[in-house]
Formats: sequence, C-alpha cells, structure tokens
Amino acid sequence: MTALPSDSILMRHGVRRGEVAWLLLAVACAFVFPEYLSVGTSVLVMVILVLSFDLLLGFSGVLSFGHAIFFGLGAYVAGWLSLAGWTEPISAVLLAGLAAALLALVLGPFVLRLTGLPLLMVTLALGVLVFEAAHKATGLTGGDDGLSGIRIAPVLGVFDWGLGGRTGYVYVLAWGVLIFALLKRVVSSPFGVALQGIRENPGRMRLIGNAVLPHLVLAYAISAAVAGMAGALFTQSNAFVGLGVFALDTSVDVLVMLILGGIGSLHGALIGAPLYMLLKHFSSQWNPFYWMLLIGVLLIAVVMFGRGGALGIARHAWQGLRGGRR
Amino acid sequence: MSALAFILLYGISYGLVLCLIALGLVITMGLMRIVNLAHGAFAAMGGYLAITLMQQQGWPYAPAVAAAVVGVAAIGVLTERLLYVRLYQRPELDQVLVTIGFNFVVIGVFTLLFGPNVLSITLPPALKGNVDLGFREFEVYRLMTAAICVGVIGVLWWIFERTLVGAKLRAAVDNRTMAQAMGINVPLLLSATFALGCALAALGGALGAPMLPMEPMWPLKYLVLVLVVVALSGHGQVRASVGVAMIVGIAETAGRYLFPQFGAFFIYLLLIALMVWRQDGLFVPRRAAGVA
Amino acid sequence: MSTAVPALEAAGLSKHFGALHVTRDVSLSLQHGARMALIGPNGAGKTTLVNLLTGVLKPDAGRLRLFGEDLTQASASRRTRRGLVRTFQISSLYTELTVFENVFIAVSECAGASFDLWRPAGKRIELLERTEALVERLHLHEDMHRKVSEIAYGRQRLVEIAIALAMKPKVLLLDEPAAGIPSNELHLLLGAIESLPAEIAVLMIEHDMEMVRRFATEVAVLVQGELLMSGTPKEVMSHSEVRAVYLGAAGTERFEGKVLAHAA
Repeated sequence: MTALPSDSILMRHGVRRGEVAWLLLAVACAFVFPEYLSVGTSVLVMVILVLSFDLLLGFSGVLSFGHAIFFGLGAYVAGWLSLAGWTEPISAVLLAGLAAALLALVLGPFVLRLTGLPLLMVTLALGVLVFEAAHKATGLTGGDDGLSGIRIAPVLGVFDWGLGGRTGYVYVLAWGVLIFALLKRVVSSPFGVALQGIRENPGRMRLIGNAVLPHLVLAYAISAAVAGMAGALFTQSNAFVGLGVFALDTSVDVLVMLILGGIGSLHGALIGAPLYMLLKHFSSQWNPFYWMLLIGVLLIAVVMFGRGGALGIARHAWQGLRGGRR
Repeated sequence: MSALAFILLYGISYGLVLCLIALGLVITMGLMRIVNLAHGAFAAMGGYLAITLMQQQGWPYAPAVAAAVVGVAAIGVLTERLLYVRLYQRPELDQVLVTIGFNFVVIGVFTLLFGPNVLSITLPPALKGNVDLGFREFEVYRLMTAAICVGVIGVLWWIFERTLVGAKLRAAVDNRTMAQAMGINVPLLLSATFALGCALAALGGALGAPMLPMEPMWPLKYLVLVLVVVALSGHGQVRASVGVAMIVGIAETAGRYLFPQFGAFFIYLLLIALMVWRQDGLFVPRRAAGVA
Repeated sequence: MSTAVPALEAAGLSKHFGALHVTRDVSLSLQHGARMALIGPNGAGKTTLVNLLTGVLKPDAGRLRLFGEDLTQASASRRTRRGLVRTFQISSLYTELTVFENVFIAVSECAGASFDLWRPAGKRIELLERTEALVERLHLHEDMHRKVSEIAYGRQRLVEIAIALAMKPKVLLLDEPAAGIPSNELHLLLGAIESLPAEIAVLMIEHDMEMVRRFATEVAVLVQGELLMSGTPKEVMSHSEVRAVYLGAAGTERFEGKVLAHAA
C-alpha cells in the first residue's frame, strides 16, 4: 500500500505544526496583551463561528446567507438559560448547540434540496425573517435593548469570571481547541470525504448510490450546532446578547472572514477571523464607512487574484520559496 | 372596498417599479448566466444620479432621470468590460463574492459622497398632488410611474418576442457558441445587454426614488426582493416577471397595510415557501417525470 | 454451465414518446461473463435502450431480469445496488480531486462507510487497499495522485471505469467508452477493457469498430429502435444489410483491420 501524499483529502487527520503554533500564539497573547483579552475573546468566538461555516461552505459546498440564524439562536438560548437561573456555563453551551442542531434538522430537508441562487436566496430570506421576528418578539429577545443582567457561574465551579477577562479567554480558547479537534475528525472521516464529493459533483454522488440529502442535512446540523455554541460563548463572554447576532451583517461577515482566510481546510478560520477583526479594529479609527470600501475591494481582490485567501497566498509563497510544486 | 383599492393601486405601482428593476436583472442573468448580486447598486446609482442632477445642477425632472439612465448604462458597460468579463468562466461562488464585493464598494462610495442618511427627492409640482380616479384619489406621480413602467415593459416584451434582435438575444441565451458560430458578435451583445440591464435598473431606481428612498444601503436593502422576483420568474420570461412582481408588490403592500406590526415578516415567509416549492420558477411547468 | 440463468435478460422492451417509437420490442440476453457490443447508426435508440436497461426510463412494455430477479419497475439506484452499473459517454468525475480520491469515494460509498464520522479515512486500510487495487487494475498507477483535470482525457475515461468497478458490478454497461478519446490513447482503453474481471457480463455501446472487433464475442445491431440482428462479429459484419445501413466502405475496412487508425 503506497503512502498517500500529505495534501490528499484522505490525509487530513493528525496534528499539524501550524495548528500547534497557532495555539501557542493564542496562549501567549493572553500573557503578552492582557489589556486586549476581551477583544481576543471576541476573535476566538468568531474563529469558532467561521469554523462552523467552513464545514458548510468549504467542505459541503452549501452557500448559505443565513448562518446567523444558528449563531443567534445559540446566543439567546444561553441568555434565556442564565436569566432562568441556569448559570452553569458548559452545559448551557451544549444545550445551545443542541437547539441550533434541532433547528437545522427541521430546516435542512427543505432548504438543502436547493442549490446555487435559489439556495442563496432562501437562506438570505430566512435570515431576514428570523431577524424581523426576533425584532418584534421583544418579550423574548428584549428587542432593540437585548438581554442584559446575564450571570454566569464560575467555570467548573472554580474559575471566576473576573473583570480581567482571563477566565473568559481561556474558557473560549479551550472550547475552540475541542471544537477544532472534533471538526477535524469529521472532515477527515469517510463522511467528510463524501461531503467533499458532494461539493465537487453531487450528480456523480447520486450515481454511485449516495442519497446526498441526508449527508447535507447532517453536515448542516453539525455546522449549526457549532455556530450555536459560538453564539452561547458570545453571550457568556459579553454577559449580554442583542439583535445583532441575527443580523445579515453577521452572516456576511462570516462569509468574508472565511474567504479572506481561505476555504476548505479548517485553517482558513484560524487566519481569516483574526485578520478581519484586526482590520476592523484599526479601520474604525478612520471614517467607519471606509470599511465598506476596504472590505469590498479586499473581497474582489482575494477572489480574483487571491488564490484561495490568505492561506492560499501563504501556501504559494511557501512553495515558491522551496522551489517545488504539488 | 377602499382598503382593497388602496392595496391594489399602491401594490401594483410598487410592483411595476420592482418589475422594471427585476427585468434588467432577468435579462443580464439570463444572457450572461452569471449571478449578479450587484444589480441593486446600479439601480441606486440611477436614483442618486437623478437626485444629484436635480438638486445640485438644477436640472428639471425628466432630463435628470433620462441622463441618469444613460449615465448608469455607461458605467455599466465600463464595469462589464473591466470586471464582469473576468467572471464568466468562474464558479458561481466567485461570482457571488465579487459582485457582493462590488456592492460594498458602491455602498462605501455612496456614503462618502452622500452621507449615511436617506436622501429624499423633490418631485416637480406637476407630479405632486393627486388625481381623482372616481373611486378614490391617487398620486399623480404613481400613476405616471406606472404608465412609464407599463410602456417600457411592453416595448421590451415586443422587442424580445417579436423582433430579430430579440430572436438573436434569445438564441445567444440558449446556445452561446452556436450563436457565435452564426456570426452574432457575442461580446458586443453582452456589453449591450448589460448596458440595457443597468439602464432598466437605473430607470427603476430613479422613478422609484419616492417609494424606495435613496440611502447608501439601498443595494443590499432591496436585494432580496429583486432577487426573489428574478428567481421566481424562471429563465428570462418577461410575462412571468410581470406576474411575479405584481404578486410581490401587492403582497408586500397588503402585508404592511393590514399587519403593520409584522413588518416584512409575511412577505418573506411567502417568498421562502414559494421558492422551496417551485424552485424552477412560478409559472414554469414542472419537469415531466420519467425523462432522463 | 450451459443453461445458467442469464446475467441480464431483457424481453420485448418497448418505449414510445407520443407517436415516436424509440424502442420496438427489443430482446437481449447477456450471459455470465458475456462480452457483447451494441452498435447502430446515430438515432437508432441506443441511449434510450441503455436508459431503459438502467432504469432511468421505464418501458411501456417488456420485462427486465437481473440474474432472474424481475427489476422491470425498479428504480435506477435499486438496480445499481443489485449490481447493474453503467458508465457514461461524457465523463462526470470529481475534477479537482485526484484519481485516487475519485475512486476512493466510490469504494467508500460501496462499502457503506460514508456515514462514518469518526475514523480517519486515511486509516481505513481496507478501503485504501481496494482503491489501490482498482487503480492498478486500470493501469492508472502513474497518475494516481494527480488531479483528474490534469490527466489525459483517455485516462479520465479509465477513471470512469474504475469508479464503475468500485461499485462491484455484476453487469456492466459501457456507454461509448471510447467517445472523445484521441486515437493515440485508445490502446489504454482497450487494455483496460481486456482486463475487466472475467465473471462480469459486459455490454458495450460503441461506434469504434476496432474496439468492437477486439472486444466483443457477440454483436447486436440496433436500427431505428429495432434489433436488426445479433451474432458473432464476423456474422454481423458480413451481413449485407448491416454494411449498407451502418458501416459504409471506410467502416468495413477498419473492421477488417485493413486500416489501423492508431499508432501501435
């Protein structure tokens, strides 16, 4: 049995040096930039959200503009649990993920029959619909004011959510590592390989006996669960949740972050989210409307010339340096 | 009774403007077969250009609208030659991303030039005020807009269904390489068609400015509605587009009038249901079963 | 081994679209290990017949049996699961994935592994070995880890066959396997077809007479939806009507090996 090349889709398992380096960097940041811990926590929440979207778009080929639905649902579930007295954080995250997965299992069998433009539009419309509904249901969501007064019990009963924010950062980072490891497992499994087959050529998959829809629905549910967990982590780390979690902006942001980082390998999320948040942070010093211009130009540039986002550029540069090709 | 009349009159005039904008997209997407999410940007350009000409240059209404249409058509050709031409062979995802990116750029430019707030248009005195239709009064402006839309749509329909140019266009839609082999200059046809699509969008944007007020986020705000009209119209059917736009226009107006507390909720629900149920288009017969 | 149940038996298949009778009362029988070619001029209804056999179309009359099991009303995917597999005239592959990955996906699906979310694909040794065996069988070893879009078209057609074999077919329908292959790559295909497992019954639709001569032990001729005749290649080729309808002079010469269209 000859060995497979390391960049084969069948060899995605196993820890990579870059991943370890990223983790060490993330841990180091907690100590080197203690004043940026809350920004860092937000970045980590986004990393998790973008990871969930990579499973959906990068691996399964489903372009959805409504991903914020699951993020928002998870966020509000965590909020409701806390306000109802359930302040244990870890179980709240799991329940939020479960809720989002259930919603995905309900929507998936209908929505995932569509592809291309119709899919894009139904998911866009669903996202807007949910946002409008949330906006009107002020009893449930607090409307424009959102839900505040959210208290979270200490993590594992021991680590307090102090003002410094270090607990929050480490907590979200720990979730991130766990989720990354699990998603890696999924995408390197035969199921993950089948998803990529569906992305590349769904017609062919049907011809070899794959029913396609069940696979897509399952991927959708997993992706939704992770997005829901990210939402819960958002609420817990901010002790607040507002309608912004359901906004179209969120769905579009996730897409842009993934594209900037590079889709289809899970690593894009690790790069794209921090990159985007960093850019946003610095450009907000200017006129905030330069931001739209910048993002638009970046998006066009990345797609037209970018060769697969920051990751793709890095890969090409690396190969250029080594003088080799695939 | 008067509620019905209100809903119908306002819904139809609104729907006609939507139809105009959507037709531009039906034409461009149908011929060029690319997902063009930036169509709304051209419509907004039409509105902004018309308002600028009227307010800053003091032009009268009709020439301002006409000039806006021509101006945006020119911008459209430029955009097509510089940007869209590179997208034709690209996968759908790339087209979506680049056209969204273009949207963002245009929105950014609008904000820089016009500020983030709604920019209202002042109609000339001739168009203000109402006309008595017998059973109720109706704004002159809306009547005129509706009439122009009907006229333009009628001309379009006639061109596409009844003339040689229209036949060539339809041939090029169905089979581009064959059309090229028959001597039809496809690149020229593409640029011209894109210009036409943008012109229609700009006309819709300019005419509709009182109904759909100009603001930087306009392209994204009305994207869903326009896209849904296009998607439900099937492939390049003028009559279907009119039908769908009417349904959307009336349903939206009815929703806002009868259930104001629900906002756009019902219209989106309706549209989602329609899209899932009839993804090939509302008026297209279902594919016959049992054929490969 | 004489009166064994035929692998594939079609009896009296008919199909019409409105007033157009595309298939008229066609009967075919493929034995275990058969190598049959189906030829006929364009428009004869060969693709419709294949669609009837594979279940994409349902016949208006007639029956279909696979190893004695009546599958006349069975869906296409059911027939695939019972062992009736086809390849396509126009390749439909996972173009951005490698040859190995393409075949692996089919092997994995056939083994029912596609809902395994936990074990890494790269550690499913049994799947990897089966994939490699199939790739070797079709002499694709050199190109194993190259993207399908980057290999010669002739080799892409072989990947198509590898995928079909991955599905463990008992009856294999090859729809114009040589279509689009440049003549200097045809030998690859011939080699692949010659190395197909002996126990599979193979029905090949083909225009290329060299392929037919090299491959078939039996030839059926379809003209205007009807089976004109069937018999050994020699019998069919010497039948005057067949020559007139189908071959023309150039075709006959090719068949008789007088003109070799491809370099050795």
